[in-house]
Amino acid sequence: MNPCIEVKNLSKSFKGRCVVKNLSFAVNKQEVFGLLGHNGAGKSTTIETLLGLKKADSGTVSILGKEPRKHRKEIFEKVGVQLQASNYQNAIRVDEICQEISVLYREPADYHALLQKFKLESLEKAQVNKLSGGERQKLSVVLALIPNPEIIFLDELTTGLDTAARREVWRNLTQLKEEGTTIVLTTHYMEEAESLCDRICLIKEGQKVVEGTVKDVIAGSPYDNLEEAYLWYMGEEVLL
Amino acid sequence: MKRFLKLYTIEQKLGFRSCDGIIFGILMPVGVLLLIAMIAGGKTAGDSGYTFLQSAYASLIAVGICAGAFMGVPLTIADYRDKKILKHFFVTPCSPVQLLGADMLCNAVNAIFSAVAITVVATVIFDYRMDGKPAIFIGAWILTLVSMFSIGFMMASLCRTVKAANAVTSAVYFPMLFLSGATIPFELFPKGLQKVASVLPLTQGIRLMKAASLGVQMDDAVKIVMLLIGITVVCSLISVKTFRWE
Repeated sequence: MNPCIEVKNLSKSFKGRCVVKNLSFAVNKQEVFGLLGHNGAGKSTTIETLLGLKKADSGTVSILGKEPRKHRKEIFEKVGVQLQASNYQNAIRVDEICQEISVLYREPADYHALLQKFKLESLEKAQVNKLSGGERQKLSVVLALIPNPEIIFLDELTTGLDTAARREVWRNLTQLKEEGTTIVLTTHYMEEAESLCDRICLIKEGQKVVEGTVKDVIAGSPYDNLEEAYLWYMGEEVLL
Repeated sequence: MKRFLKLYTIEQKLGFRSCDGIIFGILMPVGVLLLIAMIAGGKTAGDSGYTFLQSAYASLIAVGICAGAFMGVPLTIADYRDKKILKHFFVTPCSPVQLLGADMLCNAVNAIFSAVAITVVATVIFDYRMDGKPAIFIGAWILTLVSMFSIGFMMASLCRTVKAANAVTSAVYFPMLFLSGATIPFELFPKGLQKVASVLPLTQGIRLMKAASLGVQMDDAVKIVMLLIGITVVCSLISVKTFRWE
């Protein structure tokens, strides 16, 4: 195996409240890795600490073999990120935000081609504020792809999207996966994890509950689908 | 550099698109200049020995600085922080300082446009001529701009939310605008109010610019220059120490 992301014994607390506790996992090259858990389970904190946006209390993180807080400029030439619930400048247009992001990288991808790939080319001159939820999330994937990344991080990309829009985003991600991009995502939708992820890690109150392929995780529970297995792992009653 | 210029160009375009800077920073002072000059341009302002036009020219040029420093800079930073735009720059190879710098430059450029517009209107329509040396006036303008922007930056650092930033900018912007002499001629204020208004840093900046434009000697010019430099240093330090990206 060839891990490009490693998290070892990561702990992070805020004001005495432990949000991530002794968490370890690794993501292999060209793999789609899903971090699953309830709201407040520590998914975003894990991602943000891994990206170096927050400082770990203890433990180590590395991306492409390097510590992100020390090698920020180098690492983020090759890593694209979509942060949860991020937003854009008032009145900025699609082409302008693409240009603004492109100029940050040494060798950016051609954003026109990316917009085309995600069927957004007709909206190039539209204001980002006026896009639908699905279009906006597709745009955030486009922006995360502008560095031509080896790895992309997607934090709750499809939350709040309707079924059709979510499916479309999945199709795009599947295509990325086939092209060999490593994807780390967090999600609330088990269906999403099931159809996209090679491996998943379930966390509860900042601690790992189980990690493995979707198949292994289901097999480790008394149920035959991920949603019920997930609830069982989380200690919730499966009602149906 | 290419990166910074591109960021600046886009941010400047956004600034023009939103109109706020143009209305508050450029159209408003030009409008007030037209009014004052038409109503009382040639009259002597109070017992000052110079005309209202001469007084208004230097004061109104400060409005563009005021709009940038107490609205533009703090509101943009608070908004970008709220929208996680600054945070997102941390997961790119570029520093968010470049974006902040680009936005500061946008506001400074608005202030320049404002100063140019006022100068053109005052000279062409009302035949204004500066008695003092333009170079000294520009120096006073830059010092005022830099010190006021440092206050704006400090406001952005101390306000954690957009709501707080909105409240604080209104609480600072309007008193500065009306009491510093930037819009309402300072000479018209009763003596008591003049004393109170003299506490405002912008009042001192305007006094300096006014003296420079009139070419008169000021007893306390050195003191004001030191004060404005002091404000810049202290506010910048506080801003940098307390700044939060999110």
